[in-house]
Amino acid sequence: MSDQPTAEDFTLDEMMTVAAARALRDGARCFVGIGRPSTAANLARRTHSPDLVLIYESGTIGAKPGRLPLSIGDGVLAETADAVVSVPEIFNYWLQPGRIDVGFLGAAQIDRYANINTTVIGADYAEPKVRLPGAGGAPEIAASCGEVIVVVPQSRRTFVDRVDFVTSVGFGTGPADRQRLGLRGRGPTLVITDLGILRPDPDSCELTLTQLHPGVTLDQVTAATGWPLKVTADPTTTTAPTPHELAVLRKLLNP
Amino acid sequence: MGEISSLAEAVAELVHDGDSVALEGFTHLIPTAAGQEIIRQGRRDLTLIRMTPDIVYDQLIGAGCARKLIFSWAGNPGVGSLHRFRDAVQRGWPRPLEIEEHSHAGMANRYVAGASGLPFAVLRGYVGTDLVAHTPTIAPITCPFTGEELTAVPALNPDVGIVHAQRADRHGNVQVWGITGVHKEVVLAAKRSLVTVEEIVDELEPRPGAMVLPGWALTRVAHVPGGAHPSYAMDYSDRDNDYYQQWDEISRDRETFTRWLDEHVLTTTTGDPAYGGAP
Repeated sequence: MSDQPTAEDFTLDEMMTVAAARALRDGARCFVGIGRPSTAANLARRTHSPDLVLIYESGTIGAKPGRLPLSIGDGVLAETADAVVSVPEIFNYWLQPGRIDVGFLGAAQIDRYANINTTVIGADYAEPKVRLPGAGGAPEIAASCGEVIVVVPQSRRTFVDRVDFVTSVGFGTGPADRQRLGLRGRGPTLVITDLGILRPDPDSCELTLTQLHPGVTLDQVTAATGWPLKVTADPTTTTAPTPHELAVLRKLLNP
Repeated sequence: MGEISSLAEAVAELVHDGDSVALEGFTHLIPTAAGQEIIRQGRRDLTLIRMTPDIVYDQLIGAGCARKLIFSWAGNPGVGSLHRFRDAVQRGWPRPLEIEEHSHAGMANRYVAGASGLPFAVLRGYVGTDLVAHTPTIAPITCPFTGEELTAVPALNPDVGIVHAQRADRHGNVQVWGITGVHKEVVLAAKRSLVTVEEIVDELEPRPGAMVLPGWALTRVAHVPGGAHPSYAMDYSDRDNDYYQQWDEISRDRETFTRWLDEHVLTTTTGDPAYGGAP
């Protein structure tokens, strides 16, 4: 396509958000966190997935915000939602029984089995190096959604061999763990970063690089990963953002 | 019984040193003015309970009111960290803060059990996470009917539950709408409750989707317009997003915070409306 922008025309951060938006199929019921997941979900609604159902943990179901919400409890979500329910209801009636297809999560740390830490940095829980916000809705989102998509910029600080604290379970220590623990959903199916896309290996569940964003080298990704990263035989290159995707994204971020 | 009084009187009567106090509000309707009144009245050794401790809890913690925090997500939403909370957890300033940490689903269910008059709640959660090892109030339980392993969490019954709402009538019946979070649960779970409201009206007009907390189920109602600032009250005020940004700078170091606290909370009698107090 001749009108496709070159690598100079977009940032890798934009690429990450566009790739995350593309992962959301039309009509899916999506539990959305604030920040990049919310930006990606709102981009998806404005491009290929107009009937994406946005569900925020504040209790808004089917929100159709005309601008990006600034928090999960932004008034624009309540004003445009099909229903506004209590917090116990959103977790007990809607999330827990498995009515939600996709959970969209970020991470402060993630490991090779896609376990997520948003609690503390440092080995000592009582005296952490950095105290992070904590679990919020994430543990049950990771346990109960049909699948989980993680959106997180890639660096050695974030992609660690072992997370300091398991806030939300990905695949635990390997393929049998989700079933052993009784977790209902399929777990993380995609980890979308600013460098590429990782997917769990079908047999070992270990995160494996399957896709590189345009202009990114394999060395860049391995240098940003804190464990010996597995790479598929022939990683594909992500299709660059289309001018339409970029225009819609930029308008969302700078209305 | 939904008795209407001033904020200062209500806090003086309901909140005592050593109490467990829950100020709730899920982004919307956060009772900031009531929290600042607790600071002004110099309460100490409180166990603060809240799903999403944000700015008002950063203020209470930084002012030295809290001994313990029971919570599920502590941050400045959309901005970053709570610096006073982090300083207390990481460096014990102004005093060490004990924490009891849950997930949102766990906290919501603890309030449901509290409101239901039951000793615990059951959920399918926490399994496989490190929260189980660090939080004594998370325990496995076997379903007596199916044998499924589930999780039990104990009821939360705070000494005092405080929320903000849109309006009340003169009998102390409260009407609230929009994102209502755990408003109903915390009021019904608490031993004593206070609802601050934007407006007091002769009669509550019905509104679609609104919830009414009957006056006989509450302890006190106080008329505090703007009492949720910098959060918002749907149909009355907008969220002050700039303020959430500014808080990052105000709270970052101890001196700036202490100066702010003196100027905007401690030395005023009613709070500064521009900084989250009641006018």
